[in-house]
Amino acid sequence: MTKQANFKFTRRDLLKGGGALVVTFGMPGWAVAATQDGGSLSKPPLMPDQLDSYLSIAADGKVTAYFGKMDMGQGVDTAIAQIVADELDVPFERVGVLMSDTEYTLDQGGASGSTGIRSGAQPLRNAAAEARRVLLDLASEKLGIPAEGLMVTDGIIQAKNQSSRQVKYEELIGGKYFHVNLEWNERLGNALNATGKAKPKTPDQYKVVGKSMPRIDVPGKVFGQTPYVTDIKRPGMWHGRILRPPVAGATPTGWDQNSISDIPDAQVVRIKDFIGVVAPEEWGAINAARQLKVTWSEVKSPFPEMDDLYDYIRRTPHVEENAGGGFGGRVPVDEGPVNKALEGAAKVIEAEYEHPFQSHACMGPACAVVDARSDRATVWTGSQKAHKTREGVAKLLELPVDKVRGIWVPGPGSYGRNDAGDAAMDAALLSKAIGRPVRVQGMRHEGHGWDPKGPASVITLRAGLDAEGNVIAHRFQAKGFSAWDVRSNEASPSDTLAGLLVGWPKNTRHNYGTPSESYDFPTKLHFWRTIPPFLETASPLRTAHFRDPQGPQVHFASESFIDEIAAAVGQDPVEFRLKYLTDPRDIAVVEAAAKAAGWETRTSPRRDRQSGDVLTGRGIAYASRGGTTVATVAEVEVNRQSGRVWAKRFVVAHDCGLIINPDGLKRTIEGNIIQALSRALKEEVQFDRNNVTSIDWLSYPILDSTEAPESIEVVQINRPEVAPTGAGEPSTRQVAAAVANAIFDATGARIRRVPFTPERVKASLA
Amino acid sequence: MATKERISLNVNNKSYDLEVDPNMPLLYALRNELDITGPKFGCGLAQCGACAVIVDGRVMRSCMTSVRSTQGRQIRTIEGLGTPENPHPVQKAFIEEAVPQCGYCISGWLMTSVALLEENPRRSDAEIRQSLSSLKCRCGTHMSILRAVNRAAKAMA
Ligand code: FES
Ligand code: FES
Repeated sequence: MTKQANFKFTRRDLLKGGGALVVTFGMPGWAVAATQDGGSLSKPPLMPDQLDSYLSIAADGKVTAYFGKMDMGQGVDTAIAQIVADELDVPFERVGVLMSDTEYTLDQGGASGSTGIRSGAQPLRNAAAEARRVLLDLASEKLGIPAEGLMVTDGIIQAKNQSSRQVKYEELIGGKYFHVNLEWNERLGNALNATGKAKPKTPDQYKVVGKSMPRIDVPGKVFGQTPYVTDIKRPGMWHGRILRPPVAGATPTGWDQNSISDIPDAQVVRIKDFIGVVAPEEWGAINAARQLKVTWSEVKSPFPEMDDLYDYIRRTPHVEENAGGGFGGRVPVDEGPVNKALEGAAKVIEAEYEHPFQSHACMGPACAVVDARSDRATVWTGSQKAHKTREGVAKLLELPVDKVRGIWVPGPGSYGRNDAGDAAMDAALLSKAIGRPVRVQGMRHEGHGWDPKGPASVITLRAGLDAEGNVIAHRFQAKGFSAWDVRSNEASPSDTLAGLLVGWPKNTRHNYGTPSESYDFPTKLHFWRTIPPFLETASPLRTAHFRDPQGPQVHFASESFIDEIAAAVGQDPVEFRLKYLTDPRDIAVVEAAAKAAGWETRTSPRRDRQSGDVLTGRGIAYASRGGTTVATVAEVEVNRQSGRVWAKRFVVAHDCGLIINPDGLKRTIEGNIIQALSRALKEEVQFDRNNVTSIDWLSYPILDSTEAPESIEVVQINRPEVAPTGAGEPSTRQVAAAVANAIFDATGARIRRVPFTPERVKASLA
Repeated sequence: MATKERISLNVNNKSYDLEVDPNMPLLYALRNELDITGPKFGCGLAQCGACAVIVDGRVMRSCMTSVRSTQGRQIRTIEGLGTPENPHPVQKAFIEEAVPQCGYCISGWLMTSVALLEENPRRSDAEIRQSLSSLKCRCGTHMSILRAVNRAAKAMA
């Protein structure tokens, strides 16, 4: 049997054991015994400039890292444990990671933009290094040996020349607080950092970092022991369900209480336009929601015909534009230079790419449990940002933020701003209304129908070539719905369904993206334009971050178009990219992917005649993201009779700086490839004039095990000299283009609309 | 809603007496009455497998199976498979391959794979892919699931 890695908190106990979380001296997870020297027993405030806010050592020597982010099975907590173990010189198994509980962890921004390790690890690394320094000082005093004469192995400090003179960490500080100040950079969220006097180790000193340590979370999940947010039970807890209108935007005008009279104790809760049901038992709540007859206001159909979506985007005047990429400041769009260069070009190539709305479609509809009292509240949430959830709940319930505790518990999937934040607000309103803890979990049709969607867009590209076929101008224009119609967290009720329904104003912000690449095209203009949301109230087609925000949309277009230019000038797609790429790390991943894939240099589409129904081809795409750079080769089979595409093999070259855990990285990349492939081949939110009609797995199919590739090979480029830059999302954005380019290579047909369904592929072959 | 009746269930070799609506799906009885929370609610429509349990040796979707119909039958859930000290071969393989990401789907994949391989472990990769094709995993762990089930199949053959 594999060794069970690391100790785990008995979260089940924490969550169930009566009232609020009970811990001795504020250290969750174990009983703390007082000892004589060093440290102190009084709990310092949870402040970013306190070492104790990041780390504790229990009487039995166990180390807890308090981490204000979370892990969704990509091994972020395991990586944190590795980093802390190395800095402190303790065995990996002795480190536990407590994630995102506002009572015990600082606001480190939650899960966000693959920053788990990129930014999240820094203060913990520094705190661990500082703790080691302080412990060496304490030991020096105790043993009467200068700190320079001491060394640490497995949490035991001993004299370098006399191993019998030793003291354990826990003998110095076990169960007590350090009360050591750190230098805090005065930032919260992703940017939070704090440094001590100690200098963290250099990569050549790492023993655990860089190794494939077993993931901490795996055994609990495989033995059915990990409690999810869906599994939380509180004394006196009732169950709630929310009713959503048949026509998006309609509001409840009344209901028939008799329609649920057979359900014991079921009640209707209506607050302004919010309407839900509660019952002591879940089955009762489900039936009450099914049976309740609600009358809804008459409203105009809010959506265009689905067939009209892309023309709707084209013809709707934009409300904002930016040539400064996604998150940076605003840069005005000046089309003059690029248009002039295009006018002067010997040849202009143009193409337009369409991308639909996509659903997070998490494995389970969102769930939350809220216990709202008159003067305080606790919220258990699977949201990526428990600190923000508590802020939103506090505002919604009109409580001071510090009277609300947010506890992150794993939820049924995540991948961005999914429906978790909405469930928390729903549960908060219901709990307050009935004065009991309430658990809300949506039904499947809500998970698909009402979660925030990845935005639909139309992207237009133009390239100007000179007489020799060199690219002299490159113009990228994205037009679509904002990725911030709903913000990436629920710190404001305005960004949730319940908030809008009880009267918080809508707070759309505008944001989209442009390609992240290092091609040297002499005149370049990349910009985006966004159009308003369909509805100014709770909407099933509201848009938000969905893994890699706009990365898939943007790079499907930009990297397909690179191949279109390469084909137009008769060059091999890899050679063409290498000709224009400037960043050495980008060049390296493209070369590495091509080499590992056995890339054969030639132009696309392939010229040899393929017999039979199945055509094969290969394609490449590359893009960077937040310092990580990735090139992906896809090999596909296209059935020309059915139009079915099977992406048989992927080769991914991945450079995210220093690699913490190679095995974890490989699996994270595999997951990204599968999810992105599913989105490229299958996923499109269906809707009619009134509402979203993708409401289950039949109307919103995703990739299944027969469609999974035969192999995904990952070439990991390790750069110990570069701080880790994250892997949770960057390998998502190349997939659709790599597959589209491979389909083109196989068939000569260019697919410019996601998803590449058999019907669409077949039609393009005709 | 129908009135409650007395129902006896046998789950993981333990007997339980419940007072529930007999038409209620087994999933809610397990999760809410018995606190056996390994099986998850994913869709309630028999489309995803998150709720899969084994009833008399056959895998079933507990979200669409009434409690009444499982009376007196042997119900197995992920909690009844193995322990960290003595894992079921499929669990062992899932750990060795570090399969789960969010893990919400994993109980379903495990139970379905267990039923498949206990019936006959001699399965080709193609058969395994086919037999698991009605399960969903939104995190996209398919590659490690397939490696794990193939590995378990070899261990059990
Ligand atoms: S929850 Fe039963 S199959 Fe999805
Ligand atoms: S591991 Fe998350 S849905 Fe499968």
